[in-house]
Amino acid sequence: MPERVCVTDAAAALLRRLRQEHGDLILHLSGGCCEGSAPMCLRQSGFRIGARDVLLGTVEGCPFYVGAAQFPYWADSQITLDVVSGGGDSFSIEAPDGVRFIVRSRLFSGAEREALAMAGPASS
Amino acid sequence: MLDKTQAETLQRSRLRARYDNFIGGKWQAPIKGRYFTDPSPVDGEKLCEVARSDAADVERALDAAHAARDAWGRTAPAERSRLLLKIADCIDDNLELLAYAETMDNGNPIRETRAADVPLAADHFRYFAGCIRAEEGTLAELDNDTVAYHFKEPMGVVAQIIPWNFPLLMAAWKLAPALATGNCVVIKPASDTPLSLAVLMDLAGDILPPGVLNVVNGHGSEVGAPLASSPRIAKVSFTGETTTGRQIMQYAAENLIPSTMELGGKSPNIFMADVMDQDDAFLDKALEGFALFAFNKGEVCTCPSRALVQESIFDKFMEKAVARVAKIRMGHPLDPTTQMGAQASRGQREKILSYIDVGKQEGARLATGGERAHLGGELENGYYLRPTVFVGHNKMRIFQEEIFGPVLSVTTFKTVEDAIAIGNDTIYGLGAGVWSRNGTVAYRVGREIQAGRVWTNCYHMYPAHAAFGGYKHSGYGRETHKMIMEHYQQTKNLLVSYSPNAMGFF
Repeated sequence: MPERVCVTDAAAALLRRLRQEHGDLILHLSGGCCEGSAPMCLRQSGFRIGARDVLLGTVEGCPFYVGAAQFPYWADSQITLDVVSGGGDSFSIEAPDGVRFIVRSRLFSGAEREALAMAGPASS
Repeated sequence: MLDKTQAETLQRSRLRARYDNFIGGKWQAPIKGRYFTDPSPVDGEKLCEVARSDAADVERALDAAHAARDAWGRTAPAERSRLLLKIADCIDDNLELLAYAETMDNGNPIRETRAADVPLAADHFRYFAGCIRAEEGTLAELDNDTVAYHFKEPMGVVAQIIPWNFPLLMAAWKLAPALATGNCVVIKPASDTPLSLAVLMDLAGDILPPGVLNVVNGHGSEVGAPLASSPRIAKVSFTGETTTGRQIMQYAAENLIPSTMELGGKSPNIFMADVMDQDDAFLDKALEGFALFAFNKGEVCTCPSRALVQESIFDKFMEKAVARVAKIRMGHPLDPTTQMGAQASRGQREKILSYIDVGKQEGARLATGGERAHLGGELENGYYLRPTVFVGHNKMRIFQEEIFGPVLSVTTFKTVEDAIAIGNDTIYGLGAGVWSRNGTVAYRVGREIQAGRVWTNCYHMYPAHAAFGGYKHSGYGRETHKMIMEHYQQTKNLLVSYSPNAMGFF
């Protein structure tokens, strides 16, 4: 079964450090203006996950969600959480450190899509 | 230093090396004394240092706003109007400096900041200065003894969080109606682009009474979150991305305050076959309309990032349209002939490149661009990308997700009904463009498109007095029109009885 969500070493290290500093975190991917289409890293206690947000996977103990409306378009991609410097303003918790999480995508192969379809949707 | 000419050197010398917060009518250092570096996207070099504020600085700004609240709320509309007009004059008088600051901080070419961003900002203050003079409440005589008076009152202290794509103009869109209606504001500019508003406060900071307008610099998580979640604000207004919009709406729900949101878009630009009926000025205008996805290097919520071209003209239209895009002139943003500048940050550039990669993986055909632009010399470390055009279908990710860069996704449609269906097949509903020589077709299509702003035979015009805002996931509330003033006001009903007699209940 292919993973929906992978992580680079740099992004994993950053997440571990952020978790130590800020407590439990979530990642939420949405879209729209400016910082959109890059995952927001937020304190779990502060952000209310909706009933229709889709859990893509878990990275370094942080659940990674995508908005329900966007999920169909992300469903066929394997995403890799990465980090780049020079991030941009954001409510995302890593931004003051001058870095920003982004995702890179790889389209699943036909066989991978079939395996995922048979496994059914992820549960929250 | 990048400055080549004496004029540029003069502008640069008027910038400070470091900007604090503007609170209570004066510059105040952040309490913890922390600063961050603001790099220029033009060359990647440091532009200035800016206050890295946090919740304590937000509290200080809220203190100043609350101290000024009653007096500003009672200030006569004519006086509030007069002060907004002074701010507008100050912007006009300092056009070159503000345009320079905007270009250096945001990467937008000086051609655009001089001709659009800065003059539109001034006009916005003038428009609301006019609106507030004409404002009235209502009254109704309910019966011979009872009159209902409806007064409009300011909300009090409001919070505004603005993005980095049009720093000065986004500040004007938010500030002008809030101040006109008698509110005090705590505004957080984007940490990527704090410069133009800071320069404006240097120039115009003494016009308004202290505490009426407070600027707190810093990052979204450290300033924006405590500001938006404060129980001391009566309303919050946000322009930015969707998850953050949801987060701010959650804070607003906890505090039971109203909000307005302007989130993203994936605006369709629809070209009917009849645009090619003649080779005339209008066709030329439509071709420019196609290329307008590159305006502000695509970093616009209403970027016409999808083009829908009627099948019967597709090949001939695309031949001309792609050629038009390929001619877009990139260069140093301070060069007045440069048409497209640098993306606003390195992170932005990387994100856009990752989407270009997605488009290629999805099998979209690359018609032009698709890579970094290497402008060489001092610009090599700037954040430049070539304007990019893909051809594909509307279910691809590059047609559905907001890339926020100079990337256009083009598809075809057969009939008018197809155009409407494809145009509406998106979670967003902010902008759209409809191009047709047939006024009835243009009207019918425009009325069917589920977007708040439908440019008809034009695009990327943002005049005051034309309402602007979103349907669906693009948010709610309409700015740049007097209707936004209602979002910054309470209605007070004085229900007055002129009868001397008890009602008979008790």
